[in-house]
Amino acid sequence: MQRRTKTLAAAAALLVGTTALSGCSLSSSSTASSKTITVAYEEYGDFTQLNTEMQTIKKEYETAHPGYTVNLEPIQADENDYYTKLTLMNRSGSTAPDVMYEDTFLINSDIQAGYLAPLDSYLAKWSDWNEFTDAAKNSAVGADGKTYGVPMGTDTRALYYNKTLFKQAGLPVPWQPKTWADVLAAAEQIKAKLPGVTPLNVYSGKGAGEGATMQGLEMLLYGTGNELYDSSTKQWTPSTPGMLSSLDFIKQIYTNGLAPDVEDALNPNFGTTVATELIPEGKLAIDLDGSWVPGNWTSTGTKPWAAWSTTMGEAPMPTENGQAPGSTSMSGGWTLAVGAHAPDKQAAFDFVALAENEPNALNYDIIASQIAVRKDVAADPKYLATNPTVGFFTNLVKVTHFRPAYPVYPQISDQIQVAMESVMTSQSSPSSAMSALQQQVSGIAGASNVASGS
Amino acid sequence: MTVATQSPRTARIPTKGARRPRRTRRLFGRLLPLGPALALLALFFAGPLLWSVYAAFTNMALSGSSSTQFTGLANFRRMFSDPAFVNSLELTVIFVLGSAVIGQNLLGMLLALIMRGRNGAVRTIVNSVVIGAWVVPEVVAGFAWYAFLYKTGTLNSILGHFGLSQNWLYTTPMLAIILANTWRGTAFSMLVYSAALSDVPPELLEAAAVDGASPWKRLRYVTLPLIRRAIVSNLMLITLQTLADFTLIYVMTGGGPGTKSSTTPLYMYQEAFQFYQLGYGTAMALVLLALGGLFSLIYLRLIKLEDA
Repeated sequence: MQRRTKTLAAAAALLVGTTALSGCSLSSSSTASSKTITVAYEEYGDFTQLNTEMQTIKKEYETAHPGYTVNLEPIQADENDYYTKLTLMNRSGSTAPDVMYEDTFLINSDIQAGYLAPLDSYLAKWSDWNEFTDAAKNSAVGADGKTYGVPMGTDTRALYYNKTLFKQAGLPVPWQPKTWADVLAAAEQIKAKLPGVTPLNVYSGKGAGEGATMQGLEMLLYGTGNELYDSSTKQWTPSTPGMLSSLDFIKQIYTNGLAPDVEDALNPNFGTTVATELIPEGKLAIDLDGSWVPGNWTSTGTKPWAAWSTTMGEAPMPTENGQAPGSTSMSGGWTLAVGAHAPDKQAAFDFVALAENEPNALNYDIIASQIAVRKDVAADPKYLATNPTVGFFTNLVKVTHFRPAYPVYPQISDQIQVAMESVMTSQSSPSSAMSALQQQVSGIAGASNVASGS
Repeated sequence: MTVATQSPRTARIPTKGARRPRRTRRLFGRLLPLGPALALLALFFAGPLLWSVYAAFTNMALSGSSSTQFTGLANFRRMFSDPAFVNSLELTVIFVLGSAVIGQNLLGMLLALIMRGRNGAVRTIVNSVVIGAWVVPEVVAGFAWYAFLYKTGTLNSILGHFGLSQNWLYTTPMLAIILANTWRGTAFSMLVYSAALSDVPPELLEAAAVDGASPWKRLRYVTLPLIRRAIVSNLMLITLQTLADFTLIYVMTGGGPGTKSSTTPLYMYQEAFQFYQLGYGTAMALVLLALGGLFSLIYLRLIKLEDA
């Protein structure tokens, strides 16, 4: 009998515990009234700068708007998991944040899912909006033509080259290739003169993920005159002469010994290896990579390397045959967006406006090594003095492109990586890889949304 | 971990219908303390299960569309015309056969047989080594194997002297994950079989030996039939566990190179959480469930539990 009483007591305690727990979660969401603004953003590994920035802005906002509380919700997850966690939060009104740190890569998906609120009426009254570059403004525009986010900063991509290795190989410094052929010729010369040095890295294959698509294939493709998506016909264009020559470029460098070993390049950690081992150790001569890479080499970075600014040179990625505008780049970037479930959207937008005013944007772009999207910040001497490459990469904003970040883009990007991998491993020719890509993209986006092959 | 090797039939006592009201009351009395547990199970186990069955028949997406439509069998039709999925299913079957049915099961039984009758010190040492592999967190085990098999890893520094070094995760990804999972999971099978073997009466084996049965015949005709229930439960448990294995493969190869080690759980993760196709992903989970059921049926068919 006593045992039964104990069991019942334990069961009762368990039940009470459960209700208390669910009570907790209920009360915490019910305090999220219109007087509280919840802000969700990423804080992960060495990416702590945004959290620092948000703590400051929270204090500023609460001082300027008495009666309001800012509830910061840093999400500890890497980029892919951050997207997943954020979309899961957005699925329910009770967990959806009022303000969120949103990638332009995902913004169209989330607009279509109805997670974000259009900001046009608030932006019209915000004089600072004129300071943003047109390219940046366009990066957060949905298919309906409305703007859903305020860009915080962007990135661009270009060629890094090791001046010491270039001099040893008898190549000119500073180096400015005019065409793809110039890049290949320099790589050939390094291969001939400097055995043991990898001449050229272009990310490729599934291991590098989106890095292969964006830093690799799209850096080539958008310099051929062709693009991945035709916004006038609203069709995907996977079969173009530009796609064919881009895949052929990948095939050439990986099968002629100009690029890293295929098995190294397919390792998911290869990006880290490039930035923290191959480049600082002088084992890689040319690297097609993003503007954030020197962040690894500063005194607070993961691989401090004091001599980097004198050793490494930067050159814009040339277009295929040197056609106008002569060089190309790709940009991503993050925005602050207001959730569709936010009860007080004006208060949420006020938070965004405060976070992105000139002093705060300047501070964030400096500490997080972002490429500025505000013209006043881009011209600020303090910003230009932070890092010797900032001026160079900021200039590329003029020739940059944004990805067609529609909901099916991640799947199409994955298929592009598959196509790259099949040519770099010589499993198929560029033309058969392209026709396989055409077929896959038709399956993903629907045949009517894909332009027929040329 | 205890394993039922006794037949439950002995506990069955014939009852008469007249006792019914009392039985019902007693049953209720017994179920009452279970109530909270059952309620929690229904809420946190049956609920998500039913939800995922529903989601498998919809085009539910994590992002990219604001409404969810019922799409019938569309997900399943798409799956079986998707070469990447069929490939993942094949790899899953290879992985289960290689690492669970052959690797963990046979190696676990072999260890248990060898350990039988050994003295305490040997048992303690072997047990702690084998169980050590089992208790390390899966992520740690994955990284340990990654470090062991990687191009500049331990295995290659040894093999380098013989000119055999290569990146094993690139050249033989399936073998790598099968070996790693066998290494990790063998302890479980070993414990199950050790427990079962201790229930085999030594007199039977002695009698067989006196009759002139060879060690192999004693194993085949005395020991194995007596532990067949343990074999079935062990096979079922490790099969289900291996079918759903994600962490180890994700850490070691990430499903690569390409899709050469992308088993169904990895492909499912990619579709559901990287491409936001929740409906499609959960439909794959159902297929995986059916595959688990199929394996269980085969085991039950091959090893007859009841005496003929």
